Amino acid sequence: MSHDAALGVPAHTDGAPTPPAARPATAPRVRRRRAPAAPYLLLVPAVVALLAGLAYPVGRQVVMSLQRYGLEQQFGQPPQFVGLDNFARVFTDDSLWAVVTRSIVFCLVNALLTVAIGLAFALLMRAVHTAVRLTLQVCLLLAWAMPMVAGVTVFKWLFDYRTGVVNWLLVQLGLDGFRDFSWLSQPFTFFLVATLVIVWMSVPFVALSIYAGLTAVPEEVLEAARIDGASGRQQLWHILLPMVKPVLSIVLLLQVIWDLRVFAQIRLLQDAGAPVSETNLLGNFIYELGMSRQDFGGAAAVSIFVLLLTVALSWPYVRSLLKEDA
Amino acid sequence: MSAIAPAQPSRPATVTRSDAARPQHAPGRTRRRVRGIALGAVGLVCALVWVFPVYWMVLSAFTPAAYLRSSTPEFLPLHATGVNFSRVLEGGGFTSALRLSLAVTSLTVLAVLVFAFFGALAISRWRFRGRRSFVLAVLFIQMLPAEGLFIAQYKMLSGVHLLDSVIGVTVLYTAAVIPFTIWMLRGFVAGVPAELEEAAMVDGLSRTQAFLRITFPLLAPGLVASGVYAFLQAWNEFTIALVALPSQSSQTLPLWLREFLSASANRGVDWGQVMAASTLIAIPVIVFFLVVQGRMTSGLVSGAVKG
Repeated sequence: MSHDAALGVPAHTDGAPTPPAARPATAPRVRRRRAPAAPYLLLVPAVVALLAGLAYPVGRQVVMSLQRYGLEQQFGQPPQFVGLDNFARVFTDDSLWAVVTRSIVFCLVNALLTVAIGLAFALLMRAVHTAVRLTLQVCLLLAWAMPMVAGVTVFKWLFDYRTGVVNWLLVQLGLDGFRDFSWLSQPFTFFLVATLVIVWMSVPFVALSIYAGLTAVPEEVLEAARIDGASGRQQLWHILLPMVKPVLSIVLLLQVIWDLRVFAQIRLLQDAGAPVSETNLLGNFIYELGMSRQDFGGAAAVSIFVLLLTVALSWPYVRSLLKEDA
Repeated sequence: MSAIAPAQPSRPATVTRSDAARPQHAPGRTRRRVRGIALGAVGLVCALVWVFPVYWMVLSAFTPAAYLRSSTPEFLPLHATGVNFSRVLEGGGFTSALRLSLAVTSLTVLAVLVFAFFGALAISRWRFRGRRSFVLAVLFIQMLPAEGLFIAQYKMLSGVHLLDSVIGVTVLYTAAVIPFTIWMLRGFVAGVPAELEEAAMVDGLSRTQAFLRITFPLLAPGLVASGVYAFLQAWNEFTIALVALPSQSSQTLPLWLREFLSASANRGVDWGQVMAASTLIAIPVIVFFLVVQGRMTSGLVSGAVKG
């Protein structure tokens, strides 16, 4: 749902012990003979909810993207089918490609930064005294727990041009140019603040997941490496990193998927008077096209592009989850 | 959900060495100790940086407006006051947004728990035709971004006159949260061995009794975790609410907070009140979040069968 929807994502790795090997073979077979209808009945409520809340909108969106669906239709004119006109119109528009490029760059920068910092934090947690590690863990948890809207609001306060702490600090450090400096009114510094917000919110999940992966590395392996004379750096590159590589790649993939759909944070930061057309990401572009310009056909076409992109990116992640579903 | 990690294995420094070797290694040990202290300092600085925005929110919420406007910020609660909170609560907007948020959140949690629990039961206790496709669909659906769907969801709700209604938002939230909760609960249900239930039936309980008395209590941690997850999603959600609740008279707390900030922007933002409002919204989330962190890592019943 939201960018920080990650709460509990790793739960299926450690919250769910694998069932004893004998169980799937025996128990389900007994049940299947007795009540073939039961599982289907149990699925009905969930399926109905998914159909109403997601599947129908997806279908509706596909239809809408093939229709001329604009202002006239809001006033009762029946929409007419226009084939792929919406796609042709939107995708030959340079402004869309500017937004796509911006979104991809923003997404990659944020995802890589988040994973790099998260990995550094995880390694740090491994290296420091328990008290320091616990302090860091609690602080990360607090940041993770912050509701997105509250978090963005705090950052707006931190970066407030007149009374914000950041400008005050920079001026104290002798950078007088930052007196009354308005971060959110120009694209580059706007995205700098947006990146800080998103990295701040996303690092806890990444750091704690990677740290959990690191603690799973058996101490004997490292012990053996040390006895063989491996230096700290060699242990890191040849043992620790290869062993957490699966966690790293999943976490990076999830970050890419989540950072591609950043919408709310940008929307909230734009309220402070940013140049909207130069700071829109994909989600914001869709919102503006649909809700402000009432071009529902075009908005639906871009949405379908976003959905397809997400499904393509999600495939490796979904496949890795499916493996768990014995 | 792996924050509370197992205790750190002992550090290499405690490995015993022969006395003869010690003098040679002494400089190395000092260097290692210095390095340990330096790393610890880096760790503490990182912790402070990461927690600072949370601290600053709470601190500003308790600071009178006059001090927040001064040119030198105060980093300690020297003039703590509750006046920002009482102003926010007096405003009235907060309470009506709170009411709507509570309604949407509790309905979502209820629907998600029941629907997802049934779904998880179906896919983890039965092998049936279509199960694999259902699991695959659920996994893909949970990845679908609201940002790629909200236009169609808006048109759907406006078509059936459910914009600005609790029902409309709840349907969208339920659909958005169900996939992940089914997946999460599936793990918990699979973790309760069917043998336990069967043993109870051998001892004379009916299937329903066995389920209610044996399996259900063991699933409580999973249900709590799923419920809290649904709560957090519904309570924090902004994007869907933005399109499904377009009217200013029906706002959930996140929408209201945004409005509250914009409304005060014209006459110079009263950051004390804004931070008090943010704190009020954040507190239940932080509390639930910390509760579930501990709860979810406490293991299930893996030892109950083998004894």
